[in-house]
Amino acid sequence: MSRTPFIVRFLGATPKQGWIAIAIAAAITLVLLPALHLLVPASSPFHVSAYVITLVGKIMCYAIVAVAMDLIWGYTGILSLGHGVFFALGGYAFGMYLMRQIGRDGSYQSDLPDFMVFLDWKALPWYWTGSDSFLWSLLLVLVVPALVALVFGFFAFRSRIKGVYFSIITQALTFAAMLFFFRNETGFGGNNGFTDFKRILGHSITAPEMRVTLFALTAAMLLGTLVLGRYLVTSKFGRVLAAIRDAESRVMFIGYNPLHYKLFIWTLSALLCGIAGALYVPQVGIINPGEMSPANSIEIAIWVAVGGRATLVGPVLGAFIVNLAKSFFTVAFPEYWLFFLGALFVVVTLWLPDGVVGLWRKLRNKGVAA
Amino acid sequence: MTAHTIDREQAWEDSTSIGHPLVQGEVDLSHNVILYLDNVTVSFDGFRALNALSLNIDAGELRCIIGPNGAGKTTMMDVITGKTRADRGKLFFGQTIDLRRMTEAEIAHAGIGRKFQKPTVFENLSVFENLELSMKMDKRARVSLFAWLDDDARDKVADTLRLIRLDGEAGRPAGLLSHGQKQWLEIGMLLMQDPKLLLLDEPVAGMTDDETARTGELFKSLAGKHSLVVVEHDMAFIEQLGGVVTVLHEGSVLAEGDLATVQNDQRVIEVYLGR
Repeated sequence: MSRTPFIVRFLGATPKQGWIAIAIAAAITLVLLPALHLLVPASSPFHVSAYVITLVGKIMCYAIVAVAMDLIWGYTGILSLGHGVFFALGGYAFGMYLMRQIGRDGSYQSDLPDFMVFLDWKALPWYWTGSDSFLWSLLLVLVVPALVALVFGFFAFRSRIKGVYFSIITQALTFAAMLFFFRNETGFGGNNGFTDFKRILGHSITAPEMRVTLFALTAAMLLGTLVLGRYLVTSKFGRVLAAIRDAESRVMFIGYNPLHYKLFIWTLSALLCGIAGALYVPQVGIINPGEMSPANSIEIAIWVAVGGRATLVGPVLGAFIVNLAKSFFTVAFPEYWLFFLGALFVVVTLWLPDGVVGLWRKLRNKGVAA
Repeated sequence: MTAHTIDREQAWEDSTSIGHPLVQGEVDLSHNVILYLDNVTVSFDGFRALNALSLNIDAGELRCIIGPNGAGKTTMMDVITGKTRADRGKLFFGQTIDLRRMTEAEIAHAGIGRKFQKPTVFENLSVFENLELSMKMDKRARVSLFAWLDDDARDKVADTLRLIRLDGEAGRPAGLLSHGQKQWLEIGMLLMQDPKLLLLDEPVAGMTDDETARTGELFKSLAGKHSLVVVEHDMAFIEQLGGVVTVLHEGSVLAEGDLATVQNDQRVIEVYLGR
């Protein structure tokens, strides 16, 4: 029996049109936009401003979270309303490194981060050990959100907590984490969080080259996440996930243990969120407990719903649509943003159950039939 | 050593030392009995859904279970498949496998397949995919991540598709099938697991007479190679199946025998017609 090598199957899961779209997206995000930002003078109409690079980079981080959310909600039917906590944990893990990179350039010219000097702490708490190491911080980015998800998921799924109960518990999780991080004694800067970052690996964080590097890394991560997601949902593993979504007890009676399947996809989803958080923090220059607010996690679900559940590319579109609208509204009509968000959610729930992608498919099918 | 705390290794030693063959991982059918229920009791808030129920199913047998509503038929299946835990009693699959100590998935792997009263298929997956997922294979998550459907597996799915007469519907989402077709698909999903014992809860509910008759033929052809326990209300269907009929009432066995005997039993008539 000849077996197709794994790498071929992995890449082959994404269809040809998908690869064409990925190639176009890669050309724009990895070549075109960076070149227009770095090489074209600011006076030219073709210059892409730092604002645009940062905004798109930020939204791509959100898009990674949206795809991660789609894996667990769209494909497995588990609605998490606490995914913000994994995003924030990844952000904090990398934020610790960024704080240490400030060195003695802070307001107090101390080796300790400013907020610790302010609290009159004399030494770093034990859990800041190694935070000056870039590699250790990357390890924390990967391990901390995944470990929290693994432990939480193990107990929740083993107890067979499902549906709205699971959603409520995840809301409680992110809310509890937010309160915990608000405390000054927790050692993560209290309600101010981390900010005033200066450097990554000794290079200035505000330099255009650094901005473009982070932007390109985020784009590559997003595209990689899509390819990985596509493999997962088209594999047998993904079919079992869909089966769990449809009829979990049936899955057990044909001999699968849903606990392991749910735990894997849940932990992977958290891991992706953590990476997105770590890419987000250096680009926006701040992380604080507000990222863990329950409303933030609900917004993640809205991105996915707007784009279209169980479509992978939909959540990316949803993240862009909602966040571009947010950028526009919060400048033009700041007081109406939440009304708009609420209206959007109602419209999508009532008329677009499959989101933007569902609408597009419907129109295309009509076009074919006509 | 009590039956509750049976040590598998010890049982293995014991059984080989007295000389009857036992293959690890296989159901021990040396006494020609595939399922033992002995004094099984299940209570829900004081209500005894099963009341000291004792029942043996022989290997290869086709057994029908009847009884009025609330007699404990579905609870019995729940207990056998691990969905509900027995408060008391013994529950063995073959001579050696203690079902009380196993999870749903383990019981399914041991070789007990179940069809629910309400057909539950994976509505958003295709008919083919429904059968593929049910196939007997390594079902651990880390294996599924890299699993690859080979030609043998495809052939096996195709065989089952023909058997359940859904070969023209392989690509359709299961949610679009008719009620009777869903019942057949679920039976097909059971067969893909290659179970030794099939538990079938009202398998012909919602089928046309023609479909019912074909289902009966299928079950009779399966008996012998598999053991079947069929819970049904449809007496014509039970008559077609033949086999021994067990009447359940208030959680225990009221009568047992062929259909004609049971139907003429005074106590059975009372239970069905009321006092």
